[in-house]
Amino acid sequence: MRDGSSAPVVSLSNVSRVYPTDPPVRALIDVDLSIESGDWLAIEGPSGSGKSTLLNVMGCLDRQTEGTYRFEGVDVADLNDRERAGLRSRRIGFIFQSFHLLRHRSVLENVMMAEVYRHQSRRGRSERAMAALDRVELTHRADFLPTRLSGGEQQRVAIARALLGSPGLLLSDEPTGNLDSTTSGRILDLLDGLHDEGLTIVMITHDSEVAKRARRRVHIRDGRLEEAS
Amino acid sequence: MRLLPFRRRTSKFQRSGISAVDLADEASAGLFARPGRMVLTVSGTVIGIAALVATLGLARTTGNRILGRFDELAATEIFITTQTAADGTTQEWLPWDAPERMQRLNGVVAAGSLTSVDTNGALISTSPISDPTSQTEFELPVQAASPGLFKAVRANLATGRFLDGGNSVRADRMAVLGSGAAIRLGITSVAQMPALRIGDDVYLIVGILDTVARQQDLMGAVIIPEGTARADYGVTSPELVVVETQIGAAALIAQQTPLALRPDNVAALKVASPPEPKRVKDAVVNDLNTLFLLLGGVSLLVGAIGIANVTLVSVIERTSEIGLRRAIGATRTHIAAQFLLESTAMGFIGGIVGASLGSIVVVVVAAVQGWTPVLDPMTPLLAPIGGAVIGLVSGTYPAMRATRMEPVMALRSGG
Repeated sequence: MRDGSSAPVVSLSNVSRVYPTDPPVRALIDVDLSIESGDWLAIEGPSGSGKSTLLNVMGCLDRQTEGTYRFEGVDVADLNDRERAGLRSRRIGFIFQSFHLLRHRSVLENVMMAEVYRHQSRRGRSERAMAALDRVELTHRADFLPTRLSGGEQQRVAIARALLGSPGLLLSDEPTGNLDSTTSGRILDLLDGLHDEGLTIVMITHDSEVAKRARRRVHIRDGRLEEAS
Repeated sequence: MRLLPFRRRTSKFQRSGISAVDLADEASAGLFARPGRMVLTVSGTVIGIAALVATLGLARTTGNRILGRFDELAATEIFITTQTAADGTTQEWLPWDAPERMQRLNGVVAAGSLTSVDTNGALISTSPISDPTSQTEFELPVQAASPGLFKAVRANLATGRFLDGGNSVRADRMAVLGSGAAIRLGITSVAQMPALRIGDDVYLIVGILDTVARQQDLMGAVIIPEGTARADYGVTSPELVVVETQIGAAALIAQQTPLALRPDNVAALKVASPPEPKRVKDAVVNDLNTLFLLLGGVSLLVGAIGIANVTLVSVIERTSEIGLRRAIGATRTHIAAQFLLESTAMGFIGGIVGASLGSIVVVVVAAVQGWTPVLDPMTPLLAPIGGAVIGLVSGTYPAMRATRMEPVMALRSGG
């Protein structure tokens, strides 16, 4: 058995995802990808290239139809649904293009939600959430409703939620897609800073300007992955 | 190199889970995110439950109201006599100490015995002089009373005093007159110590009755001490025992009486106790009640459909929330549990509010009609449970829809 601490965070080998439509859609074809701890990887590709499918497979929201996916050395095919959900909850932070904050709950409550499915004591939860908000410099907005925040601030709240509980991997899906260029820059600066602190980050984007900020870039086209030189 | 900060079980990841407190918190946050909508959704269940509770309560209330005026006097009296044989003669007897024995029973306020005295046709007069112009001798009934009788029949004096225990023990020749008898004999005051003659025996008149609540024929009688009647006329047994009880005790005391007075032969006595108050028992099932129960059932059905509908809309509206929850670690079961809890809570709240409204209706109607509101205690207790079941059933389909949502698709929707 491999020791999880020395294994890559993500290790995909010959991963394919075929949607059983008629005719079948091959969204991922023989993808090999290894992401070490501390990587900052951008996955670039036009829409329809299979990058969302790749992100969903890596985030354990979807299962590959072929190949092996190991997360921190563990073959996720061996995990049952509750274990995969536990993996998502504890080891992966998600950031989405449309933020996905709950409109009727305060910024602090939105961040605290990250712990809800960890069957964890509520003691200290709001302090931990405040600490996460502090990392994105939004403690002064803790009691606001998300609807009163700017797009950039909302994305920072989502990042704080993803950071709660120190995940091993931050998966971001077009994190700047809904933001103007200035705000995008700030969000990318924030991700840069998190990477400097040792966080492993995977970002998918169609925007090569955004992808430039990553330390490592791969392209995906028609379901096939190619490493950029 | 970094150590994993979580517990590993045979190289697998710790399962996701949600504590009951967190689940309740998430569900209530989901409910109260749109309080106005929740109120409207719950109203169908409220109306249905309220109609059912009110109908059941009013049926019980009208069914239990007492017909006619409650008669306090009649409800607290017991008359004890001996059984008469088929030919009308009396073989049986009552003990002389029957009033004392009755007094010992818990709930007895007063007890006294009464016996009519056969004077062998002796007439009663107050004057030894025969006045040819007016009647001076009368044929009046003579009754022998134990000292407790006056209280047992609630007698009031016009003047003088009652006969007491000493008079009976000494067999004093003393008498109390009923007001009617006093008028016939021309006695208005006992200040001059008037006397009367029964045959040739002289009795001192010590008191005149004003009213009695029971045994009205005492008003026309001459009442002498029981001891005197036994000594002078050889009376062998009390004829009647009059008992006054506390309210509500009559039935029980009537049950205990034969054993207290005639433990040797419980069948010897005839005990007349007040009948149970008459209640309307037949009004429970009638057409109006059936109609209201039907209406309540229909509005419950409408309420259930309402909850199902709104929960379904809410599931579709909250697609992106469902996706997010899946991403941060919720399983399909967790999603289903939350939506089921939300719809069940709506039904439960509807049940509580409905049961309260229904109970208020019962109380108000009863107050207006002057009835005593009667409600089976299980009705308001079961109503919230019924509401919760309705909510649970209504939420099943929407919750199933929510679990079928793929997180990938759910997350792609904006929000």
